[in-house]
Amino acid sequence: MRNILSIFKRDLKGYFNSPIAYVVIGLFLIVTGIFFYLLLSSFLQYSYAAMMQRQGVPLNVNLMMIRPFLLNMSVIILFMIPIITMRSFSEEKKNGTIELLLTAPLTNWQIIIGKFLATYLLYLVMTGITVLFMALLFIWGDPELAPILIGYFGILLMGAALIAAGNFISSLTENQIVAAVGTFGLTMVLWIIGFASDFAGKIVGAILEYLSIVAHFEDFSKGVFDTSHLVFYLSMTFFMLFLTYQSVESSKWRA
Amino acid sequence: MIEVQGLTKYYGNVRAVDDISFTVEKGEILGFLGPNAAGKTTTMRIITGYMPASAGTVRVAGFDVFTNDLEVKKRIGYLPENPPLYMDMQVIEYLRFVAAIKGVNRKSIESEVKRVADKLSISTVLFKQISTLSKGYKQRVGFAQAILNDPPVLLLDEPTIGLDPKQIIEVRELIRSFSHDHTVILSTHILPEVSMTCNRVIIINEGKLVAVDTPENLTARLKGSESIHMEVEGPVDDIMNTLKQIPNVTAVSVAPARAAKKANISGYIIETDVGSDVRKDLSHSIVTKGWGLLEMKTESLSLEDIFLKLTTKEEVN
Repeated sequence: MRNILSIFKRDLKGYFNSPIAYVVIGLFLIVTGIFFYLLLSSFLQYSYAAMMQRQGVPLNVNLMMIRPFLLNMSVIILFMIPIITMRSFSEEKKNGTIELLLTAPLTNWQIIIGKFLATYLLYLVMTGITVLFMALLFIWGDPELAPILIGYFGILLMGAALIAAGNFISSLTENQIVAAVGTFGLTMVLWIIGFASDFAGKIVGAILEYLSIVAHFEDFSKGVFDTSHLVFYLSMTFFMLFLTYQSVESSKWRA
Repeated sequence: MIEVQGLTKYYGNVRAVDDISFTVEKGEILGFLGPNAAGKTTTMRIITGYMPASAGTVRVAGFDVFTNDLEVKKRIGYLPENPPLYMDMQVIEYLRFVAAIKGVNRKSIESEVKRVADKLSISTVLFKQISTLSKGYKQRVGFAQAILNDPPVLLLDEPTIGLDPKQIIEVRELIRSFSHDHTVILSTHILPEVSMTCNRVIIINEGKLVAVDTPENLTARLKGSESIHMEVEGPVDDIMNTLKQIPNVTAVSVAPARAAKKANISGYIIETDVGSDVRKDLSHSIVTKGWGLLEMKTESLSLEDIFLKLTTKEEVN
């Protein structure tokens, strides 16, 4: 446990000592901020129009504002993951510091979990700040809390799976650019196969749909909690960590 | 302390290490000598548990590296050829981190970091970022990292590379200071380093073990084939023929005379059999023929010569 914590703290310091953490978080907030602003403006316009027509029922801010915002965020996340995870293992391989870790009395799992947690925490900080946007809605509006919590729970789960996948790709190469592009490719494929499922046959389509990482998030964004999605994200996370373990272990044999 | 048995390592089809066996006793400093790409680093990496061997076993303090790598790793301090440093950290942060992952307990981390910093005289740079350090300091921080938690076994892969002469002397002193209670394997291709610091030398070449002995014995063993340099005034061909007929002379070759003022002065290198002294016969036969014996001296082989002899020409048993 202490070993995991040491790796975790070192990596986290590495992210915040370098510009990477700030660039990633800044970029993410700018893009999500723009989406938030646009969605809010259009929501206000609709509300205003509805008010003019004197309809008794106010428009639902959860339905018209928060759900599309969370969906947008889930796609923006796909673009940020590669930048977060690209240096995780690649940098260590390039600098030779992996030799330090692999000759220290650490198990592979301790190294992998420590690194996973460091990248995951960066992800949590990045997505966590958008909670402030939600706070604004609570100050001037009256959204329902439960769907928002479930939505963010979904963001949490999806992130774990994607971060684990990014760590895996990073463990395959000593080149950060290759790691970033590879992870980007993987997240894009996991996103796009959802669209492809509409055109594939019934069984293949169902499989593709199931693998689509964003498709599983849709229910969360609606405020619906379905354990099958929880199972999907958790098993995806563990599978990717397992692949990372295999990659670290086999790189010893190939080294 | 370290037992290596039949160690073999393939990279694909290339055999980098070929059936190497040796043991290192506690308190011994073993020099690991060989040209670049001889398999030194590979052997060290296998001993540290960084990579597995294709065949053979390695035991450190009785623990097998393959089946019990954590126990082995606890007992080894390893300085790789390129010191494994995090460029974005301060020296002190780095040493604290390494101390933590090496299992130094929380309370003694600060004192342990101070101990190694003093030992490597890097106390003045503790708060500098590693990327700003000179090569020499980086190397010393790497060394400091290796001796954190005072491991009984030290593996040093070319520890003096990139240091200036004064630092090299300091590092050698330091390595020698470990000789009482530590076991050290020191890889290098700098020969004086070995004769100065090591109790025993292993020479490997192209993955094969070529010789194991003390530096003195290695020199002595090959002393038999010591050579005699002469400068003689006279006809070259006649002199060559005469010298070759002297008993115990194995080979004669012509070398340029150092001060070739006259045309008929040339230098000769005479190689002789083990343990024979032919100087008297040489001078006698030259003088009786009426040639001028201008210079004669024996040259014992330096470790450099032995090294070259062993790694380029022949294998000794």
